[in-house]
Amino acid sequence: MVEKLHWIPSIGAEWHLGVDGISLFLLVLTTLLTVLCLLASWHTIHERVQEYHFFFLLLEAGMIGVFAALDLFVFYVMWEVMLVPMFFLIGVWGGQRRLYATIKFFLFTMAGSVLMLAGILYMYFHTVDPETGRNTFNLLLATSQSNYAIDVQRWLFLAFGLAFAIKVPLFPLHTWLPDAHTEAPTAGSVILAGVLLKMGTYGFLRFCLPMFPQATLEFVPWISWLSLIGITYGALVAMVQKDMKKLVAYSSVAHLGFVMLGTFALNQQGLTGSLLQQINHGISTGALFLLVGVVYERRHTRIIADYGGVAKVMPVYAALFMIVALSSIGLPITNGFVGEFLILMGAFASNKLYGVIATSGVILAAVYLLWMYQRVFYGQIVHEENSKLRDITLFEAAPILVLIVLAIWIGVYPDPILARMEPSLQLLLEKFQQGEFSQLQGVLPR
Amino acid sequence: MNLNDVMGVLPELIVILTALIAIIVDVAARERNASASQGVTVLGLLVAGVVAIASPAETAMLMSGQVFNDGFASWFRALFCAIGAMTAVFSLVYLKHRNIRLGEYYSLLAMCVFGMMVMGSAANLLLFFVGLETMSISLYVLVGLRRDDSGSVEGSLKYLVLGAFSSAFLLYGMALIYGGIGSLEYVVIGDALRDSTGIGPMTVTGIGLLLVGFAFKISAVPFHFWSPDVYEGAPTTITAFMSTGAKAAAFVGLIRVFGIALAETNEHWVGVLTVLSIVTMTLGNVSALRQTSVKRMLAYSSIAHAGYLLVGIVAGSKAAFAASGFYLIGYALMNLGAFGVLILLNQRGKGDYSIDSLRGMGTVHPVLGLTMAIFMLSLIGIPPTAGFFGKLFVFSAAIERGHLLLAIIGLLNSAVAAYYYLRVISTMYMAKPEGDVAITEPMGYKVALVISSILIIVLGMFPDQLVAALLKAVP
Repeated sequence: MVEKLHWIPSIGAEWHLGVDGISLFLLVLTTLLTVLCLLASWHTIHERVQEYHFFFLLLEAGMIGVFAALDLFVFYVMWEVMLVPMFFLIGVWGGQRRLYATIKFFLFTMAGSVLMLAGILYMYFHTVDPETGRNTFNLLLATSQSNYAIDVQRWLFLAFGLAFAIKVPLFPLHTWLPDAHTEAPTAGSVILAGVLLKMGTYGFLRFCLPMFPQATLEFVPWISWLSLIGITYGALVAMVQKDMKKLVAYSSVAHLGFVMLGTFALNQQGLTGSLLQQINHGISTGALFLLVGVVYERRHTRIIADYGGVAKVMPVYAALFMIVALSSIGLPITNGFVGEFLILMGAFASNKLYGVIATSGVILAAVYLLWMYQRVFYGQIVHEENSKLRDITLFEAAPILVLIVLAIWIGVYPDPILARMEPSLQLLLEKFQQGEFSQLQGVLPR
Repeated sequence: MNLNDVMGVLPELIVILTALIAIIVDVAARERNASASQGVTVLGLLVAGVVAIASPAETAMLMSGQVFNDGFASWFRALFCAIGAMTAVFSLVYLKHRNIRLGEYYSLLAMCVFGMMVMGSAANLLLFFVGLETMSISLYVLVGLRRDDSGSVEGSLKYLVLGAFSSAFLLYGMALIYGGIGSLEYVVIGDALRDSTGIGPMTVTGIGLLLVGFAFKISAVPFHFWSPDVYEGAPTTITAFMSTGAKAAAFVGLIRVFGIALAETNEHWVGVLTVLSIVTMTLGNVSALRQTSVKRMLAYSSIAHAGYLLVGIVAGSKAAFAASGFYLIGYALMNLGAFGVLILLNQRGKGDYSIDSLRGMGTVHPVLGLTMAIFMLSLIGIPPTAGFFGKLFVFSAAIERGHLLLAIIGLLNSAVAAYYYLRVISTMYMAKPEGDVAITEPMGYKVALVISSILIIVLGMFPDQLVAALLKAVP
């Protein structure tokens, strides 16, 4: 499915959008989460409601544009456009330290993306449209004509990779994330974790891997180790958080570490698992943020120690929370299991050490989530305010239920999704199995 | 001089006429109607701008080769008229609230515009100098307009001394080039340099002095010391006018003289310009980060933008000059607009323009807030705005010509700059308003702001028409 219109002919930029197996489910996730987020903010956003929806829809447009762009220029424009609504969503409707968080978010992303723009412009002058004989931003042509020398590839990989790694975020570029996720309004956190981070991992899949394959092979150990550090570090830091939202935010660092590890395993299982896990993370973490938002609306605190014994007064809420937490941990029959299992298989196939370390990360995930669950839901009610908490309403539960159904579905029967992802990923992998890299075969994972 | 020549400089003639009528109207009608001469000026400048764009450029040269009549000249004539008209629109409120009652204000403004137009279409160094002085002398007066304000007087004096100083550099440079080549006409200079095998020390020295003179005029670091004080001391309307109009005029001169006439000698000055560009944008941005007064911040930011524009001169291709043109047009819209909002919001203040005076203004005055946000986003260079495409075109022209590192430094600089522009937006929208925030918002004023912000967005979505037109117009 492709849409192509002239936009700025004098520089060869075209309004060129399309969908393939890599972007399809990310697009579905984007549109689904946006609707659920707007439902979730129905009763929680009372100030400047029009502006809130304006920015949310602008954000959605930007995200769809990023995932669907088949023109480097459109991609960059969308990548930048989506910064502005997020800046306002955090800055206007956010928590206490929202100003700091939103400016930090903006500057981190901007710093990465300007280098990407330099990379895009460099590629532009090395991509020629055979029909017109002029330079073009066409992504497909840029990919097919990307036979750069290895040192050029390295620089381009870094220029693009930095922008993506900040978005993912790859350790040690993650410091904007806990602030932004914590200060954003609930719906903002859901979109940040659910979709915005995926723009980084998607970028690696769409740009770095197919366009700079040799550089990718060279950077595999670097990125894999940073992902492993992210997995462990994110989990350990999440464990000691006092704030529920911050805990979920750090868990994202760990989860995205898995995604990156799977991508850079560069084999079928790893890539499929990592793409599926991107969707899974959107579902599970999105649901977690929504759930935290539910109690926050009642008590206006996110500190774990302010709760305790909540399961007694909010039994339905506690049950939903448990299911979502288990899906985030990756228990069998939930979505997290399928994704992480595939990633770990891929990681083992590429390097056993990576596999071993990553597997221990799965255990850590169980530790921080279950421990938080225990402290919030079990035990005696120590705070008087908690004894009168109203259980989750149907309206609040509806978006979460949708996500839970999806989580179980993917956990039990992921085939329809995997089958649509695999052809596109196979095409991507062929780049790495072509003869021109035969001298690198020793490095290639089998 | 024949009829064709007269028709060619019709826009300039209209502007001079406007200057004269404005002062007469002021004398005749000030007691009854304070806005009469403003109305005359806005109308006259708009007519001149439309004539400049609409008149077909039949011959490339006028007045026996002294004046360019190409598309580039037309575009910039129109731009200067628009900047002048916009400044005049902003002026009424400002002059009233600052209690400045000087009839010659609008007349001087029109004279400035005339000087800029001459700078933009001059084909002879001497004529360029005449235009420059016409503009500068009017500006010296306008900067010092607030005679009871020591900052204004100080700014005016500084501008006068350093302006005279830099004009001297320019004149010496021109004299030496005349000595070395034997002509002051751009075309003759260009031809002579193409034909000769090498250039003598006299010409090289001349080019060096010319470069210093230009660097002063565009306030490139390290020749920028005058500009923050002058920009801060000057009446805010004049600051807006100078930072857009005077800068654009100097850049057209730079494109015509260095980019085209002296292009053959570029191995002598491209390195210097590259360094100037890097230090200008970096120092401008870093200094802007620390400012608490928005007016002063915009002064430093305009230094930074001069640095980005220098990238276009360094790149030195047709595409780069068209890009610079696009940049200057976009920059005029967004910077004038930003100053315009600032003037309106600060009509009660003592003129400190501290960032805190903007607290919560986005909610209290939604139209002003929205336009200011668009101006700021455009100054950062976020798509879809004119500012984004200006930067994109300039930097891509630089990359095309192999100045990759310069482009990367420029791009990184725009990420740094994002901080101080964002601070304005976040103060306007994410802080609570304090004290009395009622202001008068004249209709025409608001319309001007809304039109410029719409133009910024339109240029940011559909830049193709303008870029294609500029590419065709570049000499």
